[in-house]
Amino acid sequence: MTRKVVITGLGATTPIGGDVPTMWTNALKGVSGARTLEDDWVAKFELPVHFAARASTPALDVLARVEAKRMDPSTQFGVIAAREAWGDSGITEVDHDRLAVAFATGIGGVWTLLDAWDTLREKGPRRVLPMTVPMLMPNGVAAAVSLDLGARAGAHTPVSACASGTEALHLGLELIRSGKADVVVCGGAEAAIHPMPIAAFSSMQALSRRNENPQGASRPYDRDRDGFVMGEGAGAIVLEAEEHALARGARIYAELAGTSVTADAYHITAPDPEGLGATRALKAAMFDGRVQAEDVVHVNAHATSTPVGDKPEYTALKAALGSHLENVAVSATKSQMGHLLGASGAVEAVLTVLAVYERKAPVTINLENQDPEIPLDVVTSARDLPSGNIVALSNSFGFGGHNAVIAVRSV
Amino acid sequence: MASNEEILAGLAEIVNEETGLATEAVELDKSFTEDLDIDSISMMTIVVNAEEKFGVRIPDEEVKNLKTVGDAVSFISNAQA
Repeated sequence: MTRKVVITGLGATTPIGGDVPTMWTNALKGVSGARTLEDDWVAKFELPVHFAARASTPALDVLARVEAKRMDPSTQFGVIAAREAWGDSGITEVDHDRLAVAFATGIGGVWTLLDAWDTLREKGPRRVLPMTVPMLMPNGVAAAVSLDLGARAGAHTPVSACASGTEALHLGLELIRSGKADVVVCGGAEAAIHPMPIAAFSSMQALSRRNENPQGASRPYDRDRDGFVMGEGAGAIVLEAEEHALARGARIYAELAGTSVTADAYHITAPDPEGLGATRALKAAMFDGRVQAEDVVHVNAHATSTPVGDKPEYTALKAALGSHLENVAVSATKSQMGHLLGASGAVEAVLTVLAVYERKAPVTINLENQDPEIPLDVVTSARDLPSGNIVALSNSFGFGGHNAVIAVRSV
Repeated sequence: MASNEEILAGLAEIVNEETGLATEAVELDKSFTEDLDIDSISMMTIVVNAEEKFGVRIPDEEVKNLKTVGDAVSFISNAQA
């Protein structure tokens, strides 16, 4: 008998809300978190992209100055989201040896790394901060959350680019099912709105260049989409063995019914145009969660708004769900908050859980002329989801050919 | 050239910036590790910031001898002389 795993806590800090209630209200309303960047480095380096979606609440407005000093901005976001999720779970007593962390990042401490390099070149080795290494390491966020909550059953950091946050949930589910932990704080965090990553993503033609209209730039499934919008923030989810949650009378949002991870082995960055790896991931997550196509009512799509990425996901959904796909409400929430890279899967998982719990699908904005090759039922104004037993899926795909899918079932 | 009082006040600001401790808590007889609970990583940050503030060099091998705030004030004062 497989251990059933439920979701009992949610946390987020994003471009459309610094906590879960604010994010959810905005996600149903349909707002854009993208803004023109005011930083002097945009002009200094003549960056081709002048905008991004910053976290709506700066981390330093939430954390104490001294604790924040020892964290990379990505870790700051992760700790904020993890604390909200932990508080939301209502857990007051826990066996800390049975509490684990699975907290992902796509890039890790890129601000810390590059600041330290600047300091070395400008001021010499003596001025490179002694906290540089623990701040830049990609496991820094998982370690900080573990330290903060006293989680001693392991602190893990799945790294699979933009699939990382979803892969953290996959790992969390496995840790509980295999009996290695009873409670896992999962999530993803990213803070890469720095001139170097913007230059690098730009040079691979991945970012939208709609500088004159940042709020209209992220437009998944639109015929005129031209790339993604860089976002930042974190999402966190408390996973719990069902019997553990029931024993303490917890509020249960939903069941994490199934998860999967596959690899394309096709190209280092380009998605397989036939979406074969994504199809296998969707089918595997559904199999893992004993989900029938007819159970699925909602998909939070990966849908980054790149010309080449959005269509293979449609192809994969069609292959996995067949003719039932026309009954599925699809939301592309990156239209609102941009692409949070390694945090995106975690934030979108929070939205997917709330969609199932509140039975409402969040909004896709900027869809003016739907790409005729992607005939999905895209949610453009908040929509009620059906009553009864329902399942929602959330997809994430990352450079490297990583595919990760979760299936969330109502309870 | 700073007086010992000025060095203490400057050091207290640096400690406050790094650890959040109130500046009044930084007194001459206080031990960095025992009384002020400053770990080795914070201590190195404090040392480097003190070097910049007071225009002195505090060699790494000297840092272990700076057990109290007074030790640091004396070292900086002598180094400035």
